[in-house]
Amino acid sequence: MLQIKDLHASVEDKPILRGINLEVKAGEVHAIMGPNGSGKSTLASVIAGKEEYEVEKGEILLNGEDLEDLAAEERAHKGIFLSFQYPVEIPGVSVTNFIKTAINSTRKAKGLADMPAKDMLKMIREKSEMLEIDRKFLSRSLNVGFSGGEKKRNEIFQMAMLEPKLAILDETDSGLDIDALRIVANGVNKLKSKDNAVVLITHYQRLLDYIKPDFVHVLYNGRIVKSGGPELAHELEEKGYDWIKEEVDA
Amino acid sequence: MSKYTEDDLREELKTKEYEYGFYTDIESETFPIGLNEDIVRAISKKKNEPEWMTAWRLEAFKVWQSMEEPDWANVNYKKPDFQAIAYYSAPKAIDPNKTLDDVDPDLLAMYKKLGISVDEQKKMNNVAMDIVVDSVSVATTFKKTLGEKGIIFMPISEAIQEHPELVRKYIGTIVPTKDNFYAALNSAVFSDGSFCYIPKGVKCPMELSTYFRINEGGTGQFERTLVIADEGSYVSYLEGCTAPSRDENQLHAAVVELIALDDAEIKYSTVQNWYPGNDKGVGGVYNFVTKRGLCEKNAKISWTQVETGSAVTWKYPSCILKGDNSVGEFYSIAVTNNYQQADTGTKMIHLGKNTKSTIISKGISAGKSQNSYRGLVQVGSRAENARNFSQCDSLLMGNECGAHTFPYIEANNKSAMIEHEATTSKIGEDQIFYCNQRGIDTEKAIALIVNGFSKDVLNKLPMEFAVEAQKLLEISLEGSVG
Repeated sequence: MLQIKDLHASVEDKPILRGINLEVKAGEVHAIMGPNGSGKSTLASVIAGKEEYEVEKGEILLNGEDLEDLAAEERAHKGIFLSFQYPVEIPGVSVTNFIKTAINSTRKAKGLADMPAKDMLKMIREKSEMLEIDRKFLSRSLNVGFSGGEKKRNEIFQMAMLEPKLAILDETDSGLDIDALRIVANGVNKLKSKDNAVVLITHYQRLLDYIKPDFVHVLYNGRIVKSGGPELAHELEEKGYDWIKEEVDA
Repeated sequence: MSKYTEDDLREELKTKEYEYGFYTDIESETFPIGLNEDIVRAISKKKNEPEWMTAWRLEAFKVWQSMEEPDWANVNYKKPDFQAIAYYSAPKAIDPNKTLDDVDPDLLAMYKKLGISVDEQKKMNNVAMDIVVDSVSVATTFKKTLGEKGIIFMPISEAIQEHPELVRKYIGTIVPTKDNFYAALNSAVFSDGSFCYIPKGVKCPMELSTYFRINEGGTGQFERTLVIADEGSYVSYLEGCTAPSRDENQLHAAVVELIALDDAEIKYSTVQNWYPGNDKGVGGVYNFVTKRGLCEKNAKISWTQVETGSAVTWKYPSCILKGDNSVGEFYSIAVTNNYQQADTGTKMIHLGKNTKSTIISKGISAGKSQNSYRGLVQVGSRAENARNFSQCDSLLMGNECGAHTFPYIEANNKSAMIEHEATTSKIGEDQIFYCNQRGIDTEKAIALIVNGFSKDVLNKLPMEFAVEAQKLLEISLEGSVG
């Protein structure tokens, strides 16, 4: 599904990623952990195609296709979804209108006609029920006045609607109370299949109690310095990141 | 394919021409340039006007000569040379007894390009339409249907002939000839415009619409609109404007007067898309317009405007809330891009008791443009319990444009309640990236954000107009985020 080879990226001439190698196969869940400032969110943004980030070396392949020349929306059309750590507000644009525009933009890019309103409604009903989202919520302006939990739930709702191949969840657990975390994690678990893949970016072990990763990677100073199974996350929870830093810096 | 960046988009759109910038080669009859008493008389004569109308024009001309162009607005431009403009230009061969079939086929083709095919309009939109190209009304549709209800909707030049008593009674009562420089000029030289009268108790069954277009080079357009809603009547009136691209600045100085008698309601909607000039700030229409309405008892006037065109806009559709319990509303979206300048807003003059006004202004600035809201809320000493709510929001794109708000409040009655809210925001790269990530391209993302920002006002427009307005917003702002 996703192959990242020796990826170097910088923002405003400041190198952030210094040689990332990662392979994510269909059906897998990967967790990327690491201390603040290690490059986790940058990695998510670079995969999604944010313009401010300069890829200096290496490549990102999605199902064998190099993403380098694709704009962010084209990557989205190919099935990449990023759940934002800080979702933006768009006043006057309802959740429904936004998701409708997103779905139809992707359909248009694939040469399909707009989704019939009836199908759209049915899908919205199903997915909002799954995530325990109130109907009134859908008519509110996108993220305006949303609580932290509502914002994240809305991100996962969009993921459910767009049915991506590769979902990158950037700090989706931050700002969630335990009930919201459970709902969001349940949603992600229901959306998982053998045909898609999930990359969880998180600082803490907490989310991984609900969404079980197959692999855990530790990012530090722009490199993946350690990879392992779920047990690695527990080790990090117990010991913190200092021992990794010492190992690497030694 | 290499990455299609915002810069590419901007480059591409720089070369995108103004959509309505075609010039229709119709034989037309234009007066010599310049303005003097003889020209004023000639216009009046051409229109076969009665003596009182000629005298009224000459009086206005005299007043105009003693006035100076206002310079208090937040706009900079080279003052027009009023002696270098032709004050009358009519497409030739117009028969006063024309029907649609008699209309010059080139003109009809032009309406098609404008997307306002008269035939289609008639069939599909239930809109009665008067079209003013340069200075003369070309076709008024639906005259008969309206006639059965006693509604008069015709070019004002015809109304002066057929209903002189109504015109004479009301013209210049809301916007007096000496009101301001441009109103005086308009009063002296207006060549056509629309006239509308809704009889007592009649709800006009369809939207009435006027489409204005400046075609001839070196001409000014000075149309005059007079709408009278008699007691207990209702009318919704739409006005659209376009002009072809030209290097020189064209002058447009219109006057609109609305009279809502007791219990009457007038809804007046404008989509203004005059040529805005090119991306270097060359050319474009100077849009200096005076619009004002008077509300008698329990009457209501709503102004809704979407202003996307013109190089310079100077326009303050206002309400005089004379009657007790009368209501004034002003809903505005003003978009400026490139080197456009807009100074627009409203005046709400509360004179009667329990009068209410609402102002919602959405200013969107992009490129190197300047966008100003200027509004006055005035409460007279006898206006007990007057209420006003004003909301002025500005949206900025890029770092080179400006948004300004000049709210003036004069309350002379202690019971007045006046609220004013204002916000300024900017379309951020984060918003764009968020949309991109969901598969929405940058152009569509801007349209989405701008439409969301403008929603409160777009909702006030009649349906067909709202769709057109949304499209216009998109066209006006394409490639403007940097």
